[in-house]
Amino acid sequence: MLPPDYWQTLCLTLALAACTTALLLGLGLPLAYALAYGRSRFKPLAEAVVSLPLVLPPTVIGFYLLVAFSDSSALGRFLINKLGVSLNFTFPGILLGSLVYSLPFMVQPLQAGFGQVPRSLREAAYTLGKSRGTTLWRVLLPNMRPALLNGLVLTFAHTLGEFGVVLMIGGSLPGTTRVASIAIYDEVQSLHYAQANAYALTLLGVAFVILVALYWFTKRDAARLS
Amino acid sequence: MLDFHLLQALHTAAGPRTLDVRLTLAPGELLAISGPSGAGKTTLLRLLAGLDRPDGGFIQAAGQTWYSQEHRQFLPPQQRSLGFVFQDYALFPNMTVRENLVFAAAGQAGASQIIRDLLDSLELTELAERRPAVLSGGQQQRVALARALARRPRLLLLDEPLSALDLPARQRLQQVLAEVHRQYDLTTILISHDPAEIARLADRVLELELGQARRVGPPVALATSARVVGRVLAVLPGGRLRVQLPGGAEVEVSGLARTGEEIALTVEVAQTL
Repeated sequence: MLPPDYWQTLCLTLALAACTTALLLGLGLPLAYALAYGRSRFKPLAEAVVSLPLVLPPTVIGFYLLVAFSDSSALGRFLINKLGVSLNFTFPGILLGSLVYSLPFMVQPLQAGFGQVPRSLREAAYTLGKSRGTTLWRVLLPNMRPALLNGLVLTFAHTLGEFGVVLMIGGSLPGTTRVASIAIYDEVQSLHYAQANAYALTLLGVAFVILVALYWFTKRDAARLS
Repeated sequence: MLDFHLLQALHTAAGPRTLDVRLTLAPGELLAISGPSGAGKTTLLRLLAGLDRPDGGFIQAAGQTWYSQEHRQFLPPQQRSLGFVFQDYALFPNMTVRENLVFAAAGQAGASQIIRDLLDSLELTELAERRPAVLSGGQQQRVALARALARRPRLLLLDEPLSALDLPARQRLQQVLAEVHRQYDLTTILISHDPAEIARLADRVLELELGQARRVGPPVALATSARVVGRVLAVLPGGRLRVQLPGGAEVEVSGLARTGEEIALTVEVAQTL
């Protein structure tokens, strides 16, 4: 038996994961590029900031974002009073939280991917007159496709399972901020084990299919290049 | 064609040293750089290509300033007309042989003709649709050479291009390199450890040691071997013979013979031109 707002919750969950993954790809690529090839002495600091969400409890991230978005902080007052943007308990709010929370899952595989492409490939492109942009697009990215795929899949799967950050910023508003993992919690609280199971089984299935696809593509790609 | 004076800090096994080399190359010259590892050979090549920034000095190439410490000028590698062949070939694994060349020649007038000529003169036409990973070392090296020439550079830099190849492949590639150097009217700098290779290809050799030019001049000629007949002067213990060569020189060799007997010997003669 499916819960009453099963499809709505599922669509919201997938939308959050898809938006997070797409935006993080755009943000993560330049960041990973800079971390992989940059020589700034502030690099360890930047790496620590990027990795922080890996070790912090999600509730800590969620708590600080909740405070930052509320009118008790300067940023929140600016957003609400000057721009008319209220982020707490909205979809954009949990999207922003997801971006912070999943950042390392995109940046770290990409950074490792950039690092694994032999330096001489990049330099060969430069001596052939190619710009950094052309080199990135035609040489680096095609030769780090497993890392790219890894970053995309991990970010997507990780966002699907997000709980603490979303709960802190978004609460559990059906159709707006109630994602599958929160729905499971709510259903269990109400002792609706069958409904909770419907969500849980769906998340399990999606996560498994995604990982199988990842390993299958990675294997095929390795075979193609050798 | 090329006039440079380059200074760069080196970290050698013997401690910190400074690479300090000043040299002028005539158009069409083929210069070999040799020397022990850590002498600064690859560093010098990378500085010329603009892959690293020198600490000081200048580079003038065909009237153009590539680098000048005095005028704070530094042309990035993209803007230097040169071809670079990397030690590990650095072929793009995601592209076929042809795609590697197309990528390199993109934006050139008559690119497709250039690519056809290169595939043809480096005997790559049959391999054009293959990916680098399935090619042998010698084949990959030919692709790397073709790709470096696709932009029609005047200067070709090769970082130990043949060291990883077996002898037959190496000798074939030396031939190819000599032809390409002539045919494409290049000024070439080649890092090599092989005296035979240097003697065969180079007009001049720069011997580097700990960042300093120990010698710049004509290469040492190939050791030539000759058969001579010598007379055994004495049979020594341990199967050694003392033999007198024509001209009077005496040598010791291993072998079985009687005193006074005449035996045939192969000798190698090395000489500096």
